[in-house]
Amino acid sequence: MALTNYLVPAILLLAAASALRKRADVYGTLIEGGRDGLRLTAAILPSLVMLLTGLTLLRESGALGALTGLLAPLASAVGIPPETVPLLLVRPFSGSAALAVGAELMAVHGPDSLIGRTAAIMLGSTETTFYTVSVYFSAAGIRKSRFAVPAALTADAAGFLAAAFFARLLP
Amino acid sequence: MAMSWIWMGMVAAAMAYAALHGTGPALSGAVAAGTKQAVELGLSIAGSLCLWSGFAALLRAGGLQKRLAALLSPLLGRIYPTAARDPETMEALCGNTTANLLGLGNAATPLGIAAVRRMQTLAGSREATDEACRLIVMNTASIQLLPTTVAALRGGLGSASPFSILPAVWVTSLLSVSVGLLAARILQKWL
Repeated sequence: MALTNYLVPAILLLAAASALRKRADVYGTLIEGGRDGLRLTAAILPSLVMLLTGLTLLRESGALGALTGLLAPLASAVGIPPETVPLLLVRPFSGSAALAVGAELMAVHGPDSLIGRTAAIMLGSTETTFYTVSVYFSAAGIRKSRFAVPAALTADAAGFLAAAFFARLLP
Repeated sequence: MAMSWIWMGMVAAAMAYAALHGTGPALSGAVAAGTKQAVELGLSIAGSLCLWSGFAALLRAGGLQKRLAALLSPLLGRIYPTAARDPETMEALCGNTTANLLGLGNAATPLGIAAVRRMQTLAGSREATDEACRLIVMNTASIQLLPTTVAALRGGLGSASPFSILPAVWVTSLLSVSVGLLAARILQKWL
């Protein structure tokens, strides 16, 4: 993909140019915003440590492999790499747990392998469904959520299937 | 609370499985390896997260968010016809969608909540309206144009081209949002 090579610097430049047009201090804004990135890293690091420790324990004990093996026929039947099954299971519940599982998959199989890419596409195109639903409904004082959860989970399922499909199709 | 059970379940399941299958000796090494891996991962993505947070600050400074919102408003009016009649709801809705597209999650949530609140107030009901549910579906399905955290992860783990997954992420997101909205359309008749 030659185009995606230029995409990142081009987007950065475009954002900088739009800020400059509003007479903003571009470099100062970048530095100030960069601090948010450090805060974000500090905020997710403890949960990465705890979850990756739990996950490594599961993998080294053999339990993760057994679970994957159990669900493998089902996943393979719909074209999803069986290794990504743990990711599907945690994705709707916890964003940091999904990030940890995805990172583990990419580290073990390589970020550019089919499994690594499938995991990345799944992470990039789905959200923490149950968390989002509960935040929205409790904040808006909604008692009856009607079809929100089933519709959102249908979207997640479609996302997982499509991620597996397009990881194979696109380079 | 849910996370407490998930985490304890992970540790307990690993111990039980190891006891049954004799893989116990690997466990203490696993703890050390897991923590080390997490810190290495955190360090390797810290740079990217800094850069993209700076980028988000540029977007805010440049007012790009507002212009994109104006561009999206006709499309959103078709998805949310009732909300479109109320300027206050529409403003929050456009802001929420734009912030989601640009990956500004912290800006998206308060705007989305404001939109849902307004929808419910206008409907005068504690039961979610069709359009409130649609908004939830739009927010639980990721529509981020630049999934920077995942790209940071890929870059940190040595991918040759961290952003090469973009086209696949875009079509996948589009498909999953469409399926979600379609499911909402069908289910709203019964639920």
